[in-house]
Amino acid sequence: MGLKTAVMSDPTETMRNMAQGMNQGSPHARELGFDVVSMEEGVAIMKAPYLDIMVGDPDTGVIAGGVVTTLLDHCCGSAVHLAMKRFAIIATLDLRIDYMRPAKPRMPIFARAECYKVTRSVAFVRAVAYDESPDDPVAAAQAAFMLDSTKVKGLFGGAA
Amino acid sequence: MTGATERLQAMLDRIPYARFLGLKAELAGDEMTLILPFGMHIVGNPVLPAIHGGVLGAFMEMTALAQLSVKEGQERQPRIIDVSIEYLRSGRSLTTYARADIKKVGRRIANVHVEAWQEQRAQPIAALRAHFLIGPAED
Repeated sequence: MGLKTAVMSDPTETMRNMAQGMNQGSPHARELGFDVVSMEEGVAIMKAPYLDIMVGDPDTGVIAGGVVTTLLDHCCGSAVHLAMKRFAIIATLDLRIDYMRPAKPRMPIFARAECYKVTRSVAFVRAVAYDESPDDPVAAAQAAFMLDSTKVKGLFGGAA
Repeated sequence: MTGATERLQAMLDRIPYARFLGLKAELAGDEMTLILPFGMHIVGNPVLPAIHGGVLGAFMEMTALAQLSVKEGQERQPRIIDVSIEYLRSGRSLTTYARADIKKVGRRIANVHVEAWQEQRAQPIAALRAHFLIGPAED
């Protein structure tokens, strides 16, 4: 076991690159301007700027709940990649979100996701979305992801 | 009926995020289908390619909100309390449809279930259950 991972110089660094690549490679995340704030083992923090296309209530300028949903889902997925020792395709199994209050208009929104358990097939994540402080969240999420056991060839770069 | 469909579409078109997703509404009586056309801007994983899970969640939330406005009128502005989303199949590069089933509308809370599908209604790709806080009914 130890020998296999020892081939990579720094597994955490590799997973960080993977997670970063997944973020930049996602057309929808790019459209919404999602940006990585920090990545460490099992924990991702991401930022979404306030964009006019995100508005769900044109009278108040508050962004749509769905944008918060997407940021949380995306950030949770990154946290899973950051918690794994090797790359695997992951798929969201379920996502539960509590919306505590509307996000403040014309302010960026952040998400912090923590993957706190990875089993052979499933990863469990919790996350919060906030504008000013994680202690005053806009929304809180709990998610489970399926980990694909099949070996992926050439996912990054084609030839394998 | 076309008048009602146009009113609903006009309501969606007022919402920048619904416009960005390209949502279209179809109404048959009080039964509404929301349509999410495929486009690269909604793709999460370009390799498969698969629609971003967050977009499917957002699409189903919009479906629940739109169905509530059809049933309850637009005065009772619903505010989302919580959602539980189940992902059943990956969202492929196809048009996605969703329908909402309002399970209960109480004095303050509405409970709505939504299913999204692509080629076959009987094979949903995702489901959502949501609670909304709704304003008091005007007399």
